[in-house]
Amino acid sequence: MSTDLKKAPAKAGTPGKAPTNVAERDAVDLTGNPVLRMLRKLAAGELGSVRVLIVLALIWLIFGVSNENFLTSGNLTNLTLQIAAVGTISVGVVLVLLLGEIDLSVGAVSGLAAAVVAVLSVKHGWNAYAAMAAGLAVGAAIGLFQGTVSTRLAIPTFVVTLAGLLSWQGAQLAVLGDTGTVNISDNAILNLAGVFLADWLGWLVAVVVVGALVAAELGHRAKRGAAGLVQAPVVSSVLRLVGAAVALFGGVLIVNSDRGVPLAFVILVVIVANVHILLTRTKFGRHVFAVGGNAEAARRAGIPVARVRTIVFMLASTLAAFGGILAASRLFAVNQSSGGSDLLLLAIAGPVIAGTSLFGGRGSVWGALLGALVIGSISNGMDLLAFTSSVKFMVTGAVLLGAVALDAATTRNRTTIRT
Amino acid sequence: MQGGRHLVSPSAAVTPSGASAPGAGAAPLLKLRGISKTFGAVRALDNVDLDVFPGEVVALVGDNGAGKSTLIKTISGAGPATGGTITFDGRDVTVRSPTDSKALGIAAVYQDLALCDNLDVVENLFLGREERGHNFPFSRLREVEMEQQAIGLLSELQVKTLASVRTEVGMLSGGQRQSVAIARSLLGNPRIVILDEPTAALGVAQTAQVLALVSRLKERGLGVILISHNLSDVFEVADRIVVLRLGRNGGEYPATSDQRQAVVAAITGVGMDSPQAAAAAEVAPPSAVAAVQDPLAKPDPLTKKDLS
Repeated sequence: MSTDLKKAPAKAGTPGKAPTNVAERDAVDLTGNPVLRMLRKLAAGELGSVRVLIVLALIWLIFGVSNENFLTSGNLTNLTLQIAAVGTISVGVVLVLLLGEIDLSVGAVSGLAAAVVAVLSVKHGWNAYAAMAAGLAVGAAIGLFQGTVSTRLAIPTFVVTLAGLLSWQGAQLAVLGDTGTVNISDNAILNLAGVFLADWLGWLVAVVVVGALVAAELGHRAKRGAAGLVQAPVVSSVLRLVGAAVALFGGVLIVNSDRGVPLAFVILVVIVANVHILLTRTKFGRHVFAVGGNAEAARRAGIPVARVRTIVFMLASTLAAFGGILAASRLFAVNQSSGGSDLLLLAIAGPVIAGTSLFGGRGSVWGALLGALVIGSISNGMDLLAFTSSVKFMVTGAVLLGAVALDAATTRNRTTIRT
Repeated sequence: MQGGRHLVSPSAAVTPSGASAPGAGAAPLLKLRGISKTFGAVRALDNVDLDVFPGEVVALVGDNGAGKSTLIKTISGAGPATGGTITFDGRDVTVRSPTDSKALGIAAVYQDLALCDNLDVVENLFLGREERGHNFPFSRLREVEMEQQAIGLLSELQVKTLASVRTEVGMLSGGQRQSVAIARSLLGNPRIVILDEPTAALGVAQTAQVLALVSRLKERGLGVILISHNLSDVFEVADRIVVLRLGRNGGEYPATSDQRQAVVAAITGVGMDSPQAAAAAEVAPPSAVAAVQDPLAKPDPLTKKDLS
């Protein structure tokens, strides 16, 4: 097998350093120092989430140095609140991107759903929870419609959701009516983005989550050990758990010295964690990756490709609707520009910055959270430095392009190693 | 697998004319008789017979357009026959869809392999038949069990070059990918495996790897139908060679090296020195015979192109 792989390293541009074939490279990996191995994986683009963390750290360093207020607990608490809505929408975008599709309607759907909730609650006096359920149902119905149209009629989702973007914006204006702005007064809706966990509750949540992570990792290792399967090195398990614990306890420590952990951020993390489990531990998730990787192979393996696609579009629209509700809760109102402007583009840019492939089959839902943090940090930091929107947009664009360029450069190794 | 070991070596039972039944007690697992396939006015297959015994590798050879793929599709259900009978394990069966053929225990590995490059070996092996603890929508996958089975299956097939079954399939070499695709076809416990050009586009070492795998399928008592353009591969691994020519049976040969010239002649339809080829050529238009004087000298698709 070495014969057919000889050319690959030369193409990758690192002759001499790159091992000559996959088996040899893996053999090197298995014997090498774990830290070195991780660095090599990082360089080869296999640890996308670690790389985005480095980007995030750089951004925080730059803004922290330029503005003394950026790294204060008050501002970081604001940051988590600011990204809750766009992060939630991004979770749905990740699902769609994993299929190799695109959903351009998520911004408009979030605006429409928020309008529905506000009008039902304020003008029709609905119970807040019933109104929110109706808003989510609108999102789910839109996803079902768009998914069905694109799979049944074989129309590219780009076109279907572009039509959706226009239509749902119109629907939003119609729902809001003449006044154009509806102020939300119901506390149940406003609490979503207005409530902070008590200090002790924040700590308790952190302890419980870290405990659950440790238990899950131990259980996983025990099961693999009992089955006689190869274990990941202990170092990497420990590093991951310590990293998660530091992030959680550190985060709680910081925000507790201000107002506490925002409920909206907790909701976002819970959504991300659950979608992560759905994607990586269930049959449905496996099928999403398969359809995104090779739809024809998935079809021949007996996977109901059209159904998987439709369900993903339903999930994406429902999450967009929920993101819209979170945004409305934070703004205390829904107006004609809710869900418009750059929301859609930021919701797509976030996961892409965090390494989700636009061609499907590669990415993690944590990218939604990390990408939203990167974009939110840039926006927040620029605001503190009193930059105008013009500069903000250009810098965000440059970071997006830079992240994707870095991704393209590092993953070239991986793709050219094939025969 | 109920083994093919108790059988008399199938190749020994083969008679050059092919149509007569093999000897003593051996019954074909798959028996095609008079298979025809028409596309409108075009007759792609005309009265084709084929037998496959358990524990036997049957090579299906023929020039481009001879009807190899069409014949395979009538067995795999991808393109059902328009005439003729299929007998599987002694019963007359109808194969109208891939589901039918899968239910019978016939697995096909097509040239494009149909693997998901972004998934690892275990995930690809169990694609579409994932194992779960319970059958609820959000039940967890049984990853550990699937990984164990994958390792067991691959070591049984002596696929040794994989560093880890958690390697992405996109990172594997062509031969390893072919091995994964073949291993996947075995998970449904088939009795017949159809391999469509498994060594096309492979280098020398990888070809050897895949051919060794084909022999192990045979050892497991499976009937293997091997389509190949590459006669040296065919003679290395097959027990019997069935030639298709212009949609008809073009003769049947034991895969012994002294038959090579006869097989080439049967494929091209010239060289009337052997009785089988003469029988086949009777049905061929005379112009085809006149066109080629020396089959071995023509620039031919039968020589392996090493694409490495």
